[in-house]
Amino acid sequence: MLTIINYGVGNLGSISNMLSYLGVPHQISGHPHDIATAERLLLPGVGAFDYGMQKLKDSGLIAVLNKRVLDDKVPILGICLGMQIMCRKSEEGELPGLAWFEADVKRFDLSKMEQALPVPHMGWNEAIKCRDHPVLLDLPIPARFYFVHSYHINCFNSENILMESRYGYKFTSAIARDNLVAVQFHPEKSHKFGLTILKKFSEWSYVPA
Amino acid sequence: MYRPRLIPCLLLDGKRLVKTIQFSNSSYVGDPINTVKIFNEKEVDELIVLDIQASKNGNEPNFEMVAQLASECFMPICYGGGIRSLEDAERLIASGVEKIALNTAALQRPALVGEIARRYGSQSVVVGIDVSYKWWRGYRVLNSGKRKITSWAPADWAKRIAEEGAGEILLNSVDRDGTMKGYDSMLIQAVAKSVSIPVIACGGASDLNDCKKIIRETRASAVAAGALFVYKGPHRAVLINYPNPIQLQELFA
Repeated sequence: MLTIINYGVGNLGSISNMLSYLGVPHQISGHPHDIATAERLLLPGVGAFDYGMQKLKDSGLIAVLNKRVLDDKVPILGICLGMQIMCRKSEEGELPGLAWFEADVKRFDLSKMEQALPVPHMGWNEAIKCRDHPVLLDLPIPARFYFVHSYHINCFNSENILMESRYGYKFTSAIARDNLVAVQFHPEKSHKFGLTILKKFSEWSYVPA
Repeated sequence: MYRPRLIPCLLLDGKRLVKTIQFSNSSYVGDPINTVKIFNEKEVDELIVLDIQASKNGNEPNFEMVAQLASECFMPICYGGGIRSLEDAERLIASGVEKIALNTAALQRPALVGEIARRYGSQSVVVGIDVSYKWWRGYRVLNSGKRKITSWAPADWAKRIAEEGAGEILLNSVDRDGTMKGYDSMLIQAVAKSVSIPVIACGGASDLNDCKKIIRETRASAVAAGALFVYKGPHRAVLINYPNPIQLQELFA
């Protein structure tokens, strides 16, 4: 069963709606037992970095998540803030992240933009694949996704960069390593593009090299 | 490439979808679920659904119907109408709605904007501002639920609710609603330049050129339209329509 991690942050209803449409058995749970027995995990989230990390701490799930993701190598997909808290730290807050990726979270830098664009980056944008991945199989090209964020990640391990997008400048919009995949955009709100990614993620069985 | 959002704005009257002219004279458009399904197939950027009777009649949102609509939407959906509390917003968001639109409730209790924003993030709170023009007092915000003109100038009200934590403004010109006479660019620019949050222009679009024009001429971040996407031709035959991705890219290129 796919478990959507409920730590009190984010819109779980729309993710559940899309998985139901795809016929993927899933549950929404914040119970350590459900995380410990899940076949695959989905870490959602919207809002501020510290709020998300604090809620995750309060939920008492960090230890079981570290075990499932880092030791048991269960496939996990992070979405939006769920992606950002997989990084080491964020300019948006003080709390450390889960540090599953060698990446930090930065605010959109208006001074680096070719032309000043409004922040948050809200709307549809293209994401371009930097390398192949089972979760990106069959993705229609050009792939368009719905984004809403003011912060983006800087990934220091270029091998982990999966997709890039452009908003004033180029930024990393998806990362992956081993059993972990994370996206800045909202697949659950991105028509056939998001449907394809969630479907492929629900079918992906990670085999350690 | 990033481009501005083009958003159909649908009006619910009970279990019927309607289109109004200047906020009255509503005529039947179709069944909400079917219409939303068609817009979903056309891969619209986003969808706004407003229940135009809920606040007037003091009703709560039709949670069941909204949940059904949300389950057909694989794009962001914004719902407004009859929301009065954080609990209402919680129920809607749990059913798959992305954005909560407050209008009457924000005028009555601006703090509700902040309560929802703190719980779900600013991006989930849209404040609807309905504006009407009277020659003797200029543009004023309308409390549509109470059918009363307020003393708020639109730009001042926009600033106030942005401070409360609103993530977006849905700016609707009552005078242009359903008239297909083009957007009120003066009003839209006045509000859009007074705040840094995105402003969605609404009211009066007759064709896609109007949409393109208002994005070029003002600081609006997105455009919404009702009649444009549900009618075709001079006799207003109901026909759900929306440009394809290539047309959209060319429109805002």
